[in-house]
Amino acid sequence: MQHENPKHKHHHPGYGTYILVWLALLAFTSITVTIAGVNLGRYTLFVALLIAAIKSSLVVNIFMHIKFEEKIFKVFLALSGMTLVVIFALTFFDFIYR
Amino acid sequence: MRNDHEAVVVEQHVHRDDVGARMGMWLFLFTEVLLFGGMFLVYAVYRYQHTNDFRLAAMELNTGIGTLNTIILLTSSLTVALAIAAIQKKNKFLSILLLSVTILFAFMFMVNKYFEWSAKFEHGIYPGSEELLNRSNGQILFFGLYYVMTGLHGLHVIIGVVILLFILVFIIRDKVTFDNYVKLENAGLYWHLVDLIWIFLFPLFYLIQ
Amino acid sequence: MMGQTAVAVKADNFYHQSTNKYSGILSWLLTIDHKRIGLMYMVSIIFFFLVGVIVGVLMRLELMAPGKTIVDAQTYNALFTLHGVIMIFLFIIPGLPAIFGNFFLPIQIGARDVAFPRLNLLSYYLYVIGAVLALLSLVLPGGPIDTGWTFYIPYSVRSTTNISLPLLAAFILGFSSILTGLNFITTVHRLRAPGMGFFKMPLFVWATYATAWVQIIATPVVGITILLVIIERLFGVGIFDPALGGDPILFQHMFWIYSHPAVYIMILPAMGVVSEIIPTFSRRTIFGYTAIAMSSLAIAFVGYLVWAHHMFTSGMSDTARWIFSLLTFLVALPSGVKVFNWVATMYKGSIDPQPPFLWVMAFIFLFSIGGLTGLVLGALATDVHVHDTYFVVAHFHFVMFGGTGTIFFAALHYWFPKMFGRMYNVKFARISVATFFIGFMLLYFPKFIMGYMGMPRRYYDYLPQFANLQMISTIGSWILSGTIFFIVGYLLHALFKGPKAPSNPWGGVTLEWHIQSPPIMENFKTIPTITHEPYDFSQLKEMKNA
Repeated sequence: MQHENPKHKHHHPGYGTYILVWLALLAFTSITVTIAGVNLGRYTLFVALLIAAIKSSLVVNIFMHIKFEEKIFKVFLALSGMTLVVIFALTFFDFIYR
Repeated sequence: MRNDHEAVVVEQHVHRDDVGARMGMWLFLFTEVLLFGGMFLVYAVYRYQHTNDFRLAAMELNTGIGTLNTIILLTSSLTVALAIAAIQKKNKFLSILLLSVTILFAFMFMVNKYFEWSAKFEHGIYPGSEELLNRSNGQILFFGLYYVMTGLHGLHVIIGVVILLFILVFIIRDKVTFDNYVKLENAGLYWHLVDLIWIFLFPLFYLIQ
Repeated sequence: MMGQTAVAVKADNFYHQSTNKYSGILSWLLTIDHKRIGLMYMVSIIFFFLVGVIVGVLMRLELMAPGKTIVDAQTYNALFTLHGVIMIFLFIIPGLPAIFGNFFLPIQIGARDVAFPRLNLLSYYLYVIGAVLALLSLVLPGGPIDTGWTFYIPYSVRSTTNISLPLLAAFILGFSSILTGLNFITTVHRLRAPGMGFFKMPLFVWATYATAWVQIIATPVVGITILLVIIERLFGVGIFDPALGGDPILFQHMFWIYSHPAVYIMILPAMGVVSEIIPTFSRRTIFGYTAIAMSSLAIAFVGYLVWAHHMFTSGMSDTARWIFSLLTFLVALPSGVKVFNWVATMYKGSIDPQPPFLWVMAFIFLFSIGGLTGLVLGALATDVHVHDTYFVVAHFHFVMFGGTGTIFFAALHYWFPKMFGRMYNVKFARISVATFFIGFMLLYFPKFIMGYMGMPRRYYDYLPQFANLQMISTIGSWILSGTIFFIVGYLLHALFKGPKAPSNPWGGVTLEWHIQSPPIMENFKTIPTITHEPYDFSQLKEMKNA
């Protein structure tokens, strides 16, 4: 185990990329805080969640390296995300139509 | 590795699989996502049923302190990601430094949380308080969820700190090195998840105007 | 990756080889070997199963005659809760994956162990801790939990019995289940032997893999639900309690979002075992391998979409009711695919009716009744009539006990010689299938009739018109429980006194039959390279010569 492990050959970003992503995350945070003060009516929640989704995709892809992982990891991620969406959608069939 | 009478030696196969280790960690993270997902579902249903009450109640939360905590967590996510990059570049010292900074940020987050919660308690808003029970159902539910969801998130921050502290010791003792750092990666994954959950908690609790 | 083995061969199987520096009992309690952990699960799970059986028999004794027979009403409420909690959380959910999955999944894919052996041991101890907490709650002041195993709100926040502790126990048991699932998925993805593609895996592995996904994706939802109820009880936080604005139906949704997929955690591995046993005793490759493998995934997936069929009379919206009713019928498709493929496998096979095969026959019969009566419950209109009656009780005992329970015994009889290197009395085994079947039908079939006539479940007392059927049911419980203790008896006898079993007594061809009985530590001296299809019986000749 003292030698270079071939399993670790996969590409990882350097310091610069991480800092850029961090700056983007801060920018999105300030946008979402600013927009919260504006009255967008029914779109308020949608915009807030959209920005949260963009932020989380940055974290998942770059910080959590999912972009550089094997394909199966992405399949897993899609699977659990889809499960969550299905659970939400089906539950709301009850509450919306009550 | 021996058994007393026969002195049978079964040498364990040295088997290291970093991809497998990360896969296990990701699978665990999915369970965390679904765990919080369940709570977000409760939140979604009650917000749908009590839209106005949720808005009224949310105005009492401190957006400033929420934003500050968001910045703190995002930055701590950066430092832990950088700590991995540093160890890959064989910079043990920098990695230790960045990881320590991450832990420091985590403490700052908890301190802020403490002040935020105690302010609420001083105003008499806590589960079962007279002040809260006199309010509408929607507001009771909002503050119930507020305490439970940020509380459970806070618990995850504390668990994350413990994990990061262990990894810090591992790096110092060279158990985690430039060519064997999957433990650091997995701890980092856990820490990013804590950040991810906060990314959604923040707009849903602090930014309803 | 794999180094060379250094096995000093004197003690030649895993019972005599330790993975740690301890001997005796500690070499078991601290073992990280998947086979030993599987056996520890087996001891614990069978113990709790027998406790559950005894509680069930007590309930039947109480119901033997109208009015008070042996216990009072409050004790009866505790008994049916206890029976449900033990059987579901301590026996049937962990049963097949934790015992046989642990023991055989790594062997069947040609691996030396699971991906995370220490995590595997942790899962076991979480199971033990959960079980101990559940039992502790019975004797602590406050009294045993009386909500039924579904813990419905608002009663579960109002009842003054010990609720929080058994709920915590269920949470911990869920965590144990999650870690097992996580371990199996990683094992299947990372540790298959060379040549063992996904479509060369035995179908038990496929089924366990699909189950593992349900375990890790569904369990957290009930975990958080349970946690919320505990928090609500401890701190008076308003979440589900209607007095504080909560919605009890939301609790039911969250509970069943897990607990419906959980029935697939229970049945999928059983279907996997059936797919192993049928080819072996028909001497014929499985019919429709890909269809069976895919139907496991399909069941796991569709299983997510149907949870609210448990709630047709709860007061949820009509739209949700018909959507969930419609989706429920989808489950019948992949289940049907499996049954037809099993039957097609037997067609023109040379059938050898050994005990495991007879258990499978009992399974197909009982499970089909259970499945078809499930359609009555899945259809909205008829469910409103029989909801919460004995009909439901009969239905899920047919699918869970007649399905998974029967296959638990099938798996036990199929793999017993491999696990212990001993053979049991085949004649006893054949007799026990017959008496099991008779006892089962007497016990549960009258419940369909009583349910249809309107006998509600969980009632302490009943109208005189049900007296005869209740009596028949109670007599069935004696035959059934007697058979179960008989089985435990002859298997225990075989364990110590049985004749030595050959390495391949049934003529199976999956990897576990290629190695000695009982296996050595780490299963294989050298990791095999897979060239054959999983159920290619032409291998048998080479295997005999080897």
